Amino acid sequence: MHNHSHDNELSDQEARVRALETILVEKDLVDLGAIDAIIETYAEKVGPQNGAKVVARAWSDPSFAAALRADATQTIARMGFKGRQAEHMEVLWNGEGVHNLVVCTLCSCYPWAVLGLPPVWYKSPPYRSRAVSEPRAVLADFGVVLPDETRVRVWDSTAEVRYLVIPERPAGTEGWSEEELAGLVTRDAMIGTGLALAPGP
Amino acid sequence: MNGPQDLGGRAGFGPVVIEQDEPVFHADWEGRALGLTLCSGVLGHWNLDQSRHARECLEPSFYLSASYYDIWLTALEDLLERHGEVSAEERAAVRALQPGRRPERKLDASAVFDVLSKGGPVDRRAAATPVFNVGDRVRTRRGLSHGHTRLPTYAMDRVGTVTGIRGFHVYPDASAAGQGEAPCWLYGVTFSGEELWGDGAEPDTDVTIDAFEPYLSHA
Repeated sequence: MHNHSHDNELSDQEARVRALETILVEKDLVDLGAIDAIIETYAEKVGPQNGAKVVARAWSDPSFAAALRADATQTIARMGFKGRQAEHMEVLWNGEGVHNLVVCTLCSCYPWAVLGLPPVWYKSPPYRSRAVSEPRAVLADFGVVLPDETRVRVWDSTAEVRYLVIPERPAGTEGWSEEELAGLVTRDAMIGTGLALAPGP
Repeated sequence: MNGPQDLGGRAGFGPVVIEQDEPVFHADWEGRALGLTLCSGVLGHWNLDQSRHARECLEPSFYLSASYYDIWLTALEDLLERHGEVSAEERAAVRALQPGRRPERKLDASAVFDVLSKGGPVDRRAAATPVFNVGDRVRTRRGLSHGHTRLPTYAMDRVGTVTGIRGFHVYPDASAAGQGEAPCWLYGVTFSGEELWGDGAEPDTDVTIDAFEPYLSHA
């Protein structure tokens, strides 16, 4: 059994991580350099900037959008975003009276290769419990209020399929480059808890 | 199993708490816990489904109050102990008391990029044709499972519509139980809010789960 004092939670966890790390390195089961490389990957290289590029291209290039609909996994992989937690991708298109929202009620499934590691709220009981039963109320927690006639479609990631929401392209962005468009695509917009940003004044 | 992880539709957890400008890691130990979890997984003592099952078997009061990286860390301690790699005595002593079992499988820093880029696809060559087609009305199975399952309680014994055929995937219920991959067809199944939540449903909502073929029967 594990009984942990919450009085000094951080130092307790820090000590337990250090202990495991020390023992696993001593036994030649873990390479400290591998841990550093994993941390560097998700702290610096893989994050929502990847997904934003996918969305911006989907907005800009109809043939790319068609390829995404036909085979999201391979189409996204060809941009270099592939592998762990993006082995089986599906994209969900907002628009025409539909808004999509992604959750994992059973754990923390999330498309790492396009969005990086999930935020704390995504893994927390409030989001995981309520996203399926009261998605409009959850969206309101994020400041997103949709018209009553917009259908809210929730996707519970219960298997190894990972979902990426393609938000609606904001008005007033005609002629924008993919790079400029990507700047409007937030992490939350690609989970469905937000919308793409409106162009600045 | 309907353990603490089976959260869909449960009440009482309050509003979603959103942290502005949240960092990727809140403390150094979180990133190291992630790295240790991935490196230890490469040793091959357990599969993805067994690691998930280890997390959902944690004591409910701990699971529901701990940070997610602490859930990972605690489950990792359990898995390493169960598979004879790090004992509780070793954790207490903070040193190795016996040699490691699988040093030949150690993930080297130089291999991290390849391992992460390759990931772990779970689709397999189809050995059967799908029993269900898009548009079919299906009912999900009911009943208590003491092992690992990916059918959430809120979607048990409910009627939905097959809206996608996702592929022929490893069956987690068997894989977590050490019964091999037992791959089967995986479907997107969509339920109306009213079917899941009755009068309490918000208007114009639906929920789609990914459901393995053994979870389903014709409605």
